[in-house]
Amino acid sequence: MSAIITILYYFMLGFFSACFIWNFRKTKDWQQEILYLIILLPFLLRLFRLK
Amino acid sequence: MKLAPGRFRKIIIVVIFFVWFILSGQSFYQSRHLKEPLVVGEELFQVKRLSDYFPGINGSFNDAKIYILGQNKNGGSILILGGAHPEEPAGRLAAWLIIENVRVKKGRVLVIPTANPSASTSTRPGGAYPPDYSIKTPWGEQKFRQGDRWSNPLDQWPDPEVYIHYPSRQQLAYMDIRNQNRTWPGRPNGTMTEKTCYAMTQLILKEKIDLVIDLHEAELQYPVISTIVVHPKGQDIAALASMMISSEEGFNIGVEFSPEALRGLSHREIGDHTPAIPFLMETPEPFLDATRGKTDQELLLTGKDEFVMKAGKHGLLFEKLDKNGWPIDVRVGRHLSSIIQIIKVWTESNADRPILIENVPHYQDLIKNGIGFYLKDPSKAESGRVFYE
Repeated sequence: MSAIITILYYFMLGFFSACFIWNFRKTKDWQQEILYLIILLPFLLRLFRLK
Repeated sequence: MKLAPGRFRKIIIVVIFFVWFILSGQSFYQSRHLKEPLVVGEELFQVKRLSDYFPGINGSFNDAKIYILGQNKNGGSILILGGAHPEEPAGRLAAWLIIENVRVKKGRVLVIPTANPSASTSTRPGGAYPPDYSIKTPWGEQKFRQGDRWSNPLDQWPDPEVYIHYPSRQQLAYMDIRNQNRTWPGRPNGTMTEKTCYAMTQLILKEKIDLVIDLHEAELQYPVISTIVVHPKGQDIAALASMMISSEEGFNIGVEFSPEALRGLSHREIGDHTPAIPFLMETPEPFLDATRGKTDQELLLTGKDEFVMKAGKHGLLFEKLDKNGWPIDVRVGRHLSSIIQIIKVWTESNADRPILIENVPHYQDLIKNGIGFYLKDPSKAESGRVFYE
C-alpha cells in the first residue's frame, strides 16, 4: 500500500511541478515569476530524490 | 532577433533558478552519499550485514554493516549500537573508536556504528543543521555526516496519522514510525525502520548476545540525561558500573530503569524479547536544545551556547552548562568509559561468559588527547582494512 501511495505522490509532485512551470510561463508579473520558482524548488528536490 | 523585455527577464530568472537548484541539489546529494572511511583494527573477524540475519532488509538503505571483533565464541558477546539517532554524534564516534582501536582478549564485540544509515543521510527539516562535521586528527580532518533523528523520508514514506507500535499497539507520535528507538523489537513485514530493528533483534538472538549498549545523546532540557537507562534485569550491573565510573573514571553518571509503559525503546523491548540485557546511555548535547543559538558545526563539537546557558540560569535544564560547554571529546569519553565499566562488571559476575577488552581509550584519554588522536589514517591503512559507512 505504501508503495502505491509513494508512486501516486511522485505523480502528484510531477503534476504540481508542471503547474508551477506553466504558471511561470504565463504570468507577466516578475514577483509572481520568482514566487513560482521558489515554490517549485522543494518539489523538484523531492521529485529527483535529492531531499 | 530581439527578445521582449519580459522574456529576457524570465530567462535571467530561470538561469538563476537552475544555478540555485544545481548547487542545493549537489549539496544534498553529496551529503547523502558522503563516504566515511573506517579503518578496522587487527581484531576484526568478520564484517556482516543485517540482511545476513534477516534477508527482508536486503537491498534497503538500512542494510547496515556489523563489525565482529574477536572470535572467542566461548566467552560472552556484546553488541554496541551507534547512530540509532545519527544527529547524536557521540554515539557514532564512540562506536568508531572501538572498531578502530579495541583488542579483544576474551569473548566478542559486535559493533554497528550506523544503526540507522538512512537517518544519517538527512538533516532535520527547518533545523538549519550543518550537512556534516569534521574531526581534526594528526593526519588531517575526517568528515562525518550530521544526520537526523528519523529515517530519511526518501527511504520511508508516507508516515501514518498515528503510529501504532508493534506488538504492544501503543499509540505513538506519527513521525516516530521512522524513529529507530521507537520501533523495537521490529517486525518482518513492517516499515524499513521496523525491519531494521527486527533484523537487529534476529542478530541478538542468533549471535547469542549477552549485552546490548545503545549510544545516544540528549538535550539538556530533557530529564533523561547523563544516565544509563537499563532494563530491570540489568539493574545490578548498571548500578555497580555507575559506582565504578564515579570512583575510577572521573565523572558521575546516573542510572534509571526502563519504564514498562513506554514501548518501542531499545532498553525495554530488547530486554523483553531477547535474553540480552540492554543499556541505553545519554550524554548532554546542547546542539539539540530548542533554545539554542546558531546551529553549526562549532556548537555540535564544542557544546557551547549562550542561549542554552541562559535557560540554565532560569532553572530550565536538567544538566549543568557553563562556559566550557560539552565538548565532543568529553561526550565520547563518557560513552567509552561507561562501556568499559559495564563490560568489566559483567565479566566479574559472569565468569563463564567473560568479555575482556583492551586499548579502548578512556574518558581521561580523550580529554587529554582528543578524539582525532585515536582515529586511524585510511590512506596509510593496509588494503582490505578500510570500510566505508
